[in-house]
Amino acid sequence: MKTDQGNSESATVRLTIDGQRVEVPDGSVVLQAAEKIGIKIPRLCYHPDLSLEGACRVCIVEVEGIDFYVASCSVPVREGMVVATNSPAIRRARRDIVELLLDNHPRDCQTCERDGNCELQNLAYAMGVRERLFEGRRKNPTADESGSAVVRHPEKCILCGRCVRVCSEIQGVFNLSQHYRGFNTVVGPAELGPMDESVCIQCGQCINVCPTAAFLEKNNTEAVWAALADPEVHVVVQTAPSIRAAIGEGFGLPVGTPATGKMITALRRLGFDAVFDTNLGADLTIVEEAHELVRRLEGGGPLPLLTSCSPGWINFLEKFYPELIEHASTCKSPMSMLSTLVREYYAPRHKIDPKRIFSVAVMPCVAKKYEAARPEHLAPDGRPYTDAVLTTRELIWMIQCYGIDFSRLPNDLFDRPLGLSSGAGDIFGTTGGVTEAALRTAAEMVGGETVGRIEFLSVRGVEGLKEAPVRLGDKELLVAVANGLNNAKRALEAAAAGRRRYHLVEVMACPGGCIGGGGQPYPPRGTKILDPEILQRRAAALYQIDDNKQLRRSHDNPAVKELYADFLGRPGGEVSHRLLHTEYRAREPRGIR
Amino acid sequence: MNRSSTDNWPAVREASRKALPPAVLDFIEECREREHPKSALIAVLHRVQDECGHLGRDQLNAVAQLLQVPTARVYGAATFYHFFRLRPRGRFLISVCLGTACYVKGADQVNRRLMEELGVGLGETTADGLFSLETTRCLGTCGLAPVIMINDNVHGPLKPDDIPGLLERYIQRARKEEAGGKT
Repeated sequence: MKTDQGNSESATVRLTIDGQRVEVPDGSVVLQAAEKIGIKIPRLCYHPDLSLEGACRVCIVEVEGIDFYVASCSVPVREGMVVATNSPAIRRARRDIVELLLDNHPRDCQTCERDGNCELQNLAYAMGVRERLFEGRRKNPTADESGSAVVRHPEKCILCGRCVRVCSEIQGVFNLSQHYRGFNTVVGPAELGPMDESVCIQCGQCINVCPTAAFLEKNNTEAVWAALADPEVHVVVQTAPSIRAAIGEGFGLPVGTPATGKMITALRRLGFDAVFDTNLGADLTIVEEAHELVRRLEGGGPLPLLTSCSPGWINFLEKFYPELIEHASTCKSPMSMLSTLVREYYAPRHKIDPKRIFSVAVMPCVAKKYEAARPEHLAPDGRPYTDAVLTTRELIWMIQCYGIDFSRLPNDLFDRPLGLSSGAGDIFGTTGGVTEAALRTAAEMVGGETVGRIEFLSVRGVEGLKEAPVRLGDKELLVAVANGLNNAKRALEAAAAGRRRYHLVEVMACPGGCIGGGGQPYPPRGTKILDPEILQRRAAALYQIDDNKQLRRSHDNPAVKELYADFLGRPGGEVSHRLLHTEYRAREPRGIR
Repeated sequence: MNRSSTDNWPAVREASRKALPPAVLDFIEECREREHPKSALIAVLHRVQDECGHLGRDQLNAVAQLLQVPTARVYGAATFYHFFRLRPRGRFLISVCLGTACYVKGADQVNRRLMEELGVGLGETTADGLFSLETTRCLGTCGLAPVIMINDNVHGPLKPDDIPGLLERYIQRARKEEAGGKT
């Protein structure tokens, strides 16, 4: 059952909550009605974008005429209902419930990755749990740290089921389930096996929605600290577009504050020898992908073209829709393009022994850790082109650890030439951005008019799937933009069934695109993860950066022009094909759609 | 859209079919023709256990693919119910009755002696694959308390010291059957 307030029926229901009258659409639940009048009933397993679980019982309230407490997240409103959300007895019961949740939870807050960012910790404090009276049996399920991107610590799990729901309802992956029963229940992939051997597509949304630290990204900071401390190593870093739009949140800046300049200064202070911009990789991706699109429109390959920059999506394609692999753009992701150029172009030009280079990428993405380790992205010497991937969260922590006062830092600029980028590269971080960027360049290639901001229309009833007709030269194209893999599924099924003749389908695995990636900062206390408003503000920051740039189109970027003139030859040519493109294959276990 | 040779479904389907006995494959086919085939998951798992004795990794994965139920959910169901066994059962299943009468008459000591002699815990199987140990509720033979069942045979009343001899009889029987099978 979905609990969207977007109820099409106009019928409303009037009820009284804590003495205040409120009118809400029929079909709402008590918890939502209370929100409308400024009462935020404590909750844990509830999430407005996910189905109801009713598992944690934290949101209990009293309803007149019912002689037991009810969970306000799952009780529909009724005309004339009288609800009390507060009384000494309710508060005490809530506190006991949270205390019992803690009973089976490790007492290791100070050494836990989520210390200070933990919903359970915050809730326990808010409910007034000041001592732990119960000392019961503990379960000790086995942790799985084998994953290249996602690690699992089930001893911290409180069985709220949010990860199970996000994995199935938003991502359509169904990799997580509850195993065993009662006290022995454990959440994990099939067979509780290793994450990398499951159908996991490594998007990391389970990490985002987990209220504790039961899911985390693989920590790669140790390797980066070690490289930074070694004077023999030339440490290069690149940052994805979405980092600048979100990193400030880690230091108390308002959500949506662009922080490019401060971020670069912080990276230099951490000791990185060169600070490059993944946006340049994005610009190259655009030039190559636009070339691919134009070639396919001229009859040189299957349509629709599927974008390839989101590694979670690529994993999904290989596991769930392998028969559509040849539709995917062969372009490497912007990260992998830039890492390749660091080794193959930057190092020789600057007479640096490639063996001495350590290439770090800061990504909003957990799946990028998995991508970096793929055999397709190894250099000829067998080392990965990208040596370490850090999430936005990991970088925030490194900056804190180093004692850098981020909010007071001066601004700095990226290093040339791999740090110069167009605004088209910036908007790569948000859903629809890749399409817009690609069409800006494709329009030039076919000699047509410049494509402006595309007004996408939501496909009926689906927030995360949009489409738009676009004029490109003398052709009318239909493009689709999906974020969240369930929405990608919808687009692919529509295309496969012949209901839609798309020419280009952009897919980003995470809700909102990279700005909502699995490696982005946990939301500030009191806000919820995947909040559309947070995502919109981060996206607005990227569009603002784009609007303020002189350079708006990838192919106008002088660094891109120089790269093609000096090194790569032409888009889709022999050198760029060898260095900037990749290939995909069906992978097992095969996902169940 | 183009559906190209990168599709691994034919291979996955073939491998899945090989992992299951024909009777189960037929049953899955039958379920797929009905409405809501996914709701037949538990019934299918019953069939697999009937035919194979337990639910192995290959069988569970095959059920997931052929019934198109996410693998994690198949494992979720298989681990939720005590009835399903994920490991092969021993040749002789020992069920120790822990009903009230047996318990009062010392079933617990019998149980402990069995675990000692076999070197396994409850729900486990000996390394040689001969014995699995389980507990059960009242077998309806309280007059013989404390009783155990080994496959279809009831043994009781038992004292802990009867256990080694009893187990030895089954070991001898297995040896004889094996020798007989070879000649």
